[in-house]
Amino acid sequence: MSRLTIPKTYKLYIGGKFPRSESGRVYEVATRGGDFLANAAKASRKDARDAVVAARSAVSGWAGTSGYNRGQVLYRIAELLEGRSAQFVAEIMRVEGASESAAVAQVDKAIDRWVWYAGWSDKYAQVTGSSNPVAGPYFNLSVPEPTGVVAIVAPQGEGSLLGFVGAVAPALVAGNTVIVLASERYPLSAISLSEVLATSDVPGGVVNILTGSPAEITPWLASHADVNALDLVGAGALEWVDLQIAAAETLKRVLPPEEGPDAAAPSLDRIAAFTETKTVWHTKGLL
Amino acid sequence: MTIDTASAERAVAPAARAIEVVGGDLTEKSLRRYLEGIPGVDAVGLETRASALGTRSIKTTSKAWALDRIIELIDLTTLEGSDTPGKVRSLVAKALVPDAADPSTPRVAAVCVYGDMVPYAVEALGSAHAAGSHTGIQVAAVATAFPSGRASLAVKLADTKDAVAAGADEIDMVIDRGAFLSGRYGEVFDEIVAVKAACERDNGTFAHLKVILETGELNTYDNVRRASWLAILAGGDFIKTSTGKVSPAATLPTTLSMLEVVRDWHRLTGEKIGVKPAGGIRSSKDAIKHLVTVAETVGEDWLTPELFRFGASSLLNDVLLQRQKLRTGAYSGPAYVTVD
Repeated sequence: MSRLTIPKTYKLYIGGKFPRSESGRVYEVATRGGDFLANAAKASRKDARDAVVAARSAVSGWAGTSGYNRGQVLYRIAELLEGRSAQFVAEIMRVEGASESAAVAQVDKAIDRWVWYAGWSDKYAQVTGSSNPVAGPYFNLSVPEPTGVVAIVAPQGEGSLLGFVGAVAPALVAGNTVIVLASERYPLSAISLSEVLATSDVPGGVVNILTGSPAEITPWLASHADVNALDLVGAGALEWVDLQIAAAETLKRVLPPEEGPDAAAPSLDRIAAFTETKTVWHTKGLL
Repeated sequence: MTIDTASAERAVAPAARAIEVVGGDLTEKSLRRYLEGIPGVDAVGLETRASALGTRSIKTTSKAWALDRIIELIDLTTLEGSDTPGKVRSLVAKALVPDAADPSTPRVAAVCVYGDMVPYAVEALGSAHAAGSHTGIQVAAVATAFPSGRASLAVKLADTKDAVAAGADEIDMVIDRGAFLSGRYGEVFDEIVAVKAACERDNGTFAHLKVILETGELNTYDNVRRASWLAILAGGDFIKTSTGKVSPAATLPTTLSMLEVVRDWHRLTGEKIGVKPAGGIRSSKDAIKHLVTVAETVGEDWLTPELFRFGASSLLNDVLLQRQKLRTGAYSGPAYVTVD
């Protein structure tokens, strides 16, 4: 007996909850062959605004967590992703039209990417911080602190899961909270990952995921005064120069678009990109 | 239950409005008969009406007008045990210049502080202080053992006189909810009349009297309606929902029911009474819903600082953020308004 298929209508992930788009809009996600697969929410600028509010309120808690603790939380995401890898493999095969071996390889790489970044969380400060020699009886220390709220345009092409993780994980390591615009054409990996995040130890609001049209939403985030940084890694097809100009109005840190399979490759630089250096002077005499 | 006839027949203090409406033989008994004769509130209908008024979509130019008007209607408030002269001075600075980045931002209607902070508010306002006129910023003081109202009448009157002498233009008094809920309407009535008398200045003019009903403790809409009538009969210039110290504070249905009383009073006597929802209104969206409700219930005449106020502190920042969004086209953030 044949069963009726249950087409899903996915939602956004904002502040640890799964709301529908405020606008009520959805768009169709199709398989590689063009068949209907599911509806995804089409976020509006008000959803982006709500996501910024959620991300802002989560900054102090997440940035205040110790590096060791953040590492544990990120590692936990890798654990959960490993447990649900079959679902991700199946979705990647259907949406991206990848072979099974390619899909498995991508999911494995994404898991490894979480683990790799999780390891950095209590170590990056030793590498990017420093003790500075100064001409006086002082200790002079520079330490990295999170930039704050980071808006990310995730890579839009194939390899959607790996691209998403590669863009989001480094911003989280340093204690930033993020608003991510998922791949418009291949959003399922991001949506399923939001379900993983919701059941992991990541506090609500630390990761906020919007599906829909990056071309529509990104300008609002680029000009939003309460967003501190903009990662345009997946914005190559957008008017990204205009986005940089808009971001400059409020002095955001901006990372440029990257293309090809090496986009958002793992590096310490991606972690350091969204940190601010705090330098403190401390008298030696009193110690 | 036995009724103490001696006290029930006790004549309450004379008050022009009540004598005119209730009749010349103003007693506890006649007052109770009048208030309990007021028809009950259809709670379901009231809430439906309020939520229907809340769905109105206000866009672009109307929204810009509404945001400016909301600022002009705000009683910028600080009522914390930890208030200091410095805190009051910074509140006044914000009242004078809500948004330093935009000089076209209007000023708020009033600053609302505890009685002992009035001198500091008056001093900080300087020439911007309204001092009885309709231009400038008013100083409102909460009095009568705010927020509980649990003190003897003598203490409450001293509290009021003290604030008026210090230069308060408006007095926010709390009613004795205990007396009201146990049916001693005359006592509440007398108290409001006495406080009103204490609002008199040396030159014979009166400070405006806002009567706080504390609707969160009155339990039913019927009680809110009765208390509103009582406050108006006793001589209140404004009726105010809440102290902001009790939850729920100002809800839209409550404000609507009070506006209905004000409307009825206007039809009956031609006199205009003010309404002030206070506490719990934090977003521009909520405030705009209130504006719509006022305009649809009593009319747009009421959308002036003389007849409608918002008692709020955090509302102003949200309105400023919305204003900045309208001006620049980009969303603003809390880093662009003052930390209160």
